[in-house]
Amino acid sequence: MLTTEDLEKISCQVRRDIIRMVSGAESGHVGGALGAADFLVALYFKIMEPNVSRFTPDGIDEDLFFLSNGHLSAGWYSVLARYGYFDSSELASFRKLNSRLQGHPSTSEGLPGIRMCSGSLGQGLSVAIGAALSKKLNRDEHLVYCLLGDGELQEGQNWEAMMFAAAHKVDNLIAVIDCNGKQIEGPVDEVISLGNLSAKLEAFGWNVSEMYGNDMEDVVSSLKKAQWYTRQEQPVMIIMNTHMGYGVDFMLDQHQWHGVPPTRDQAAAALRQIPETLGDY
Amino acid sequence: MKEYINSGSKDTRSGFGAALLILGRNNPDVVALCADLTGSLKMDEFAKTFPDRFFQVGIAEANMMGIAAGLTIGGKIPFTGTFANFSTARVYDQVRQSIAYANKNVKICASHAGLTLGEDGATHQSLEDIGLMKMLPNMTVICPCDYNQTRAATLAVANHLGPVYLRFGRPKWPNFTDPDQTFEIGKALICNEGTDVTLFATGHMVWNAIQAGKILETNGISAEIINIATIKPLDTAAVIRSVQKTGCAVTVEEHMLQGGMGDCIAQTLVRNFPAPVEMVGVNNQFGGSGKPEELLKAYHLDVPDIVEAALAAIRRKGGR
Repeated sequence: MLTTEDLEKISCQVRRDIIRMVSGAESGHVGGALGAADFLVALYFKIMEPNVSRFTPDGIDEDLFFLSNGHLSAGWYSVLARYGYFDSSELASFRKLNSRLQGHPSTSEGLPGIRMCSGSLGQGLSVAIGAALSKKLNRDEHLVYCLLGDGELQEGQNWEAMMFAAAHKVDNLIAVIDCNGKQIEGPVDEVISLGNLSAKLEAFGWNVSEMYGNDMEDVVSSLKKAQWYTRQEQPVMIIMNTHMGYGVDFMLDQHQWHGVPPTRDQAAAALRQIPETLGDY
Repeated sequence: MKEYINSGSKDTRSGFGAALLILGRNNPDVVALCADLTGSLKMDEFAKTFPDRFFQVGIAEANMMGIAAGLTIGGKIPFTGTFANFSTARVYDQVRQSIAYANKNVKICASHAGLTLGEDGATHQSLEDIGLMKMLPNMTVICPCDYNQTRAATLAVANHLGPVYLRFGRPKWPNFTDPDQTFEIGKALICNEGTDVTLFATGHMVWNAIQAGKILETNGISAEIINIATIKPLDTAAVIRSVQKTGCAVTVEEHMLQGGMGDCIAQTLVRNFPAPVEMVGVNNQFGGSGKPEELLKAYHLDVPDIVEAALAAIRRKGGR
């Protein structure tokens, strides 16, 4: 049984991986990935029951995860590698020619752990709903999880999907919105405010709760609580408050770190703040 | 010329609906989704018979494409149904990323394609869909010519692993192909063998090409008529073989000339066996309201237009 400290150690290493991957590629997105690292670690290492030894695209009889905001790829790849889907040495190929670790997640390269392409925003929730319906048809009791970005909610397809999930009582799905309040051009509130998000989600017929995504204990307990809310004829949504760039002081809450790679010096400064816990790749 | 008899005009979308019902009975993994057009797509029997495997998504095509992609994860074979315009242009990025790039086993079934949709006009007449879909890697593009063939093609795509765009139409149209045919994806179908010119047609326009062939015959011209029921992958061997024999070609489609089936034929010939090609289709224009037959005349897709194009192609051949 992994303790909270064990999980925190893993997130620490994942954060190092993120910085090293993006810096190594001289390209990529660090801010969002750093913010969502704790959630991804908790989900894979504590909450889901993924069948890591025998990856199948169909994912029958196991929990599934879909990353809608595909630009968090560095964080997801690191968690997949650290969980055992592939060797962590492959993280060094991130965003490079002929890599299975494409800039945004892709199924065409056959990377274990990935079942859907994402990158163009707003599509993941629909896909997760489809996968959840497939599980229902297959009488597969496992759950489907999906991570969305808050800025991504500006895409209308999300709201089509939310309407559908409530109307069709898709209750074997837990969607999580990573609310770091930032998008490329600035604070979400300034670009296009989401307004009262929790009221909107509730009005769309979802079971809505909140958690603090950079507190491992809260993430684990909130996800466990959300599991209890499933199978009650209502889709389940968690508003996850996070900090963009969490773990590196000069990146914290800075929207400029959405998609800009750190320079070599900045990467070194960042890594000095994040201890190596599981060994660098 | 080989004689074709219309066994009674029927809409191609009904061929799709009939086959979908058969698939529902024979394959428990077949599921269907519709965006508030169940009646128009003739999916109502499937919806009634298999309510657990039918998903009404409402007027939300983008979401429909995403859900269909997700349903494949777990082994389902989703058939989406809406008009051609809403199956392609409206949801191009969803189809591109979640279906084509992800190479998911979704069958995008599109009705009301082309000018023969009629009175609804340009907003609903998709004349770009073949081009949009054929450009996507992994995507197969099929456009059957009548009710019987649409029925057969629908059955066939369920057994094909990978994304498919299946295009059909609204109006009652001559039904003349074999009711018991097996549809072979990727195979060009020779309707008539000839020696002077090849008419490559797709969809509803195959019947018109056959009518044009009859007129050409009375003028002493022997037309080879080929039904390009699968636009992608194109049966390039059949295209080249035919034009090597006839020396010139005409392409006929209810689609924009810029980017349609004719482009595929022309590209194949230019790269393998350059020959005069005349193209019958809509030329850089949106559609409009009117009866299907009126529109085909107005946009120069009528039988006499095909005859004229054939004569032009033959003239150009003579000048070589």
